[in-house]
Amino acid sequence: MRAYTPKDDVQAKSYYTDRFYVSPQVPKSPVESDEVFAADLAAIKAKFDVSDAYIQVEQMVVFINAKDNFGVLELMKNELEYTQLSEMSAIDWIAKENKFEIFYQMLSMNKRKRIRVKMFIENGEAVNSVEKLFRSADWSEREMFDMFGIEANGHPFMKRILMPYDWQGFPLLKTYPLEGDEFAAWYEVDKIYGKEARDVIGPEIRDTAKVDRYDSERFARLGYEVPKGTKITDDMEKVEQTYQEDGGVFMIKKFDKKDSVVVDDPQR
Amino acid sequence: MAQVKNRLTPFFENITFDREDNEMILNFGPQHPSAHGQLRLMLHLQQEEITKAHPDVGYLHRGMEKMAENMIYNEFMPTTDRMDYIASSSNNYGFALAVEKLIGLDVPRRAQVIRMMLLEINRLMSHLFWLATTALDIGAMTVFLFAFREREYLMDIIEGYCGARLTHAAIRIGGVPLDIQDNFITQLRTFLDKLPQNIKDYEDLLDTNRIWLMRMEEVGTISTEMALSWGCTGPMLRASGVKWDIRKEEPYELYDEVEFEVPYSDKGDNFARYRVYMQEMRESAKILYQTIDMYQECVKNNQTELMAHSPKYISASKLDIMTQNYSLMQHFVLVTQGMRPPVGEVYVATESPKGELGYYINSQGGPYPYRLKLRAPSFWHTGILTDLLPGHYIPDVVSIIGTTNIVFGEVDR
Repeated sequence: MRAYTPKDDVQAKSYYTDRFYVSPQVPKSPVESDEVFAADLAAIKAKFDVSDAYIQVEQMVVFINAKDNFGVLELMKNELEYTQLSEMSAIDWIAKENKFEIFYQMLSMNKRKRIRVKMFIENGEAVNSVEKLFRSADWSEREMFDMFGIEANGHPFMKRILMPYDWQGFPLLKTYPLEGDEFAAWYEVDKIYGKEARDVIGPEIRDTAKVDRYDSERFARLGYEVPKGTKITDDMEKVEQTYQEDGGVFMIKKFDKKDSVVVDDPQR
Repeated sequence: MAQVKNRLTPFFENITFDREDNEMILNFGPQHPSAHGQLRLMLHLQQEEITKAHPDVGYLHRGMEKMAENMIYNEFMPTTDRMDYIASSSNNYGFALAVEKLIGLDVPRRAQVIRMMLLEINRLMSHLFWLATTALDIGAMTVFLFAFREREYLMDIIEGYCGARLTHAAIRIGGVPLDIQDNFITQLRTFLDKLPQNIKDYEDLLDTNRIWLMRMEEVGTISTEMALSWGCTGPMLRASGVKWDIRKEEPYELYDEVEFEVPYSDKGDNFARYRVYMQEMRESAKILYQTIDMYQECVKNNQTELMAHSPKYISASKLDIMTQNYSLMQHFVLVTQGMRPPVGEVYVATESPKGELGYYINSQGGPYPYRLKLRAPSFWHTGILTDLLPGHYIPDVVSIIGTTNIVFGEVDR
């Protein structure tokens, strides 16, 4: 029987992992160890539910409910001086618990602090857009939609941003293979020539190192080239080609391969 | 000094069109010499005035975040070169620093100094390139030639160091692979000694140039609120009145040991950004002089280590690998399987020449990052064109794109 390979995560896997290997954790410290973060967290906790909070690598991580995202970010922007949304995106946990994790990376320039606000949504759920608070979310949310298919409610222009508008599939999902799915493989052919041209054109050659020794149109048969389109057979004699002008070049001795000597003495 | 009076009066203002709504949609790019890459702009025009702008990006999308999820950490390093290919070492550095923070590595001092040298050389290269291309777009061909000449010297120095001119991959996780070559400091000093005169040459050509001022002054004004809201960073933010430089505010490497100023302006227009770039070049030169001294101190104190010592994550030196069995085994495992950072996540921001370059890494303890998000400054500097361009005229588009200093390897990733 063939070994079962799970289809829910088709990304590269380590070919070997020690059965007894326990990976260490990046240390987390309690929020109370930093008074600025402690005050910020208290202000957020006063109005919203916070399921978890800790400090990791000098930044506070706060877990909130997905429905509160606009409120929390509004509070942070207007009252806690977190004036910039540096980055936001999602993490695919579908294989594990059918969820997406969404993070908002906030920066306060006055306090010199960074907070990562995180929340979980179910697969297929939409988030509230924070574009009204931070214009940068306009493009970030579009990118998130483009890559994961997570829609943002209230976004003015929820369209793909990096991939073509008519693309199918969401590239950063773990179920999406690195080399693309069937739609991706035939995208150009289908779009330009139509599906019926697939047989004529054939699949794209992904192996850039592939050399076809019967291919007279590309750079195979170096030194023994034949005119373009020549049918090459196995019993065909190889004719060495020379690429120097017949009459020779002024001041330059004509190179004759037969008369030339290959010096292979390393002590020369 | 602003010459507003005769600035870009629409040439066809005496022509009236039959229709009341004479909106025209102009497709700018993606193949346009002043789009600095593959930027497509759909501009809605009322005569020559832009009423709506819609930037369309993605023509250079290579799916780097996806690639990162399928590569071991060291394998991803050369890919980061292809983001901001004008200053590729700063991308290498941002990634290396993020992984180092994740696993908690201490980089030897000599490597830190070399990294700072590379970063500042990259900043100079990037700013010179920016000046050259922007001036060329505006029509100042001489500045283009001057600035490219100086950039060439820097590329030669970098080439002497790592063999590459554009995609350096000159930084490793845990340090740098090589010590600087013998003539590095002499060459760098020669360059730096000439640089003030060179910058003065550019400024002599531009600062009082009437065309330059007309295209730059009070064009593309970004208010502080707008810059913050759009996530602008780097010179874009500093020219809009926020004195925020990550090297100063959240110092990494040895930036807290060097003295430099953070130039900023409260004007927010193209000219302010131009001034910030020029001033930053001077500050980079100042930092480079100090790093030369720091390097020579390292040599004097015989600090020769270039890579962090951490057998679990970092391969041993070449000598050890060739002579000691355990180092060889370790190296073999690290190359074939890759390092396995601890479970956790990290977001590290560095000040790249374009702005805040951030790497978010979520590690689940495997040799591949579970999620890697690249925060490239140019992405938002392109997005801001949506709000910035309306109200301007078509020729302003070129100068505004120029001063935003966007690089599409970084926007599309």
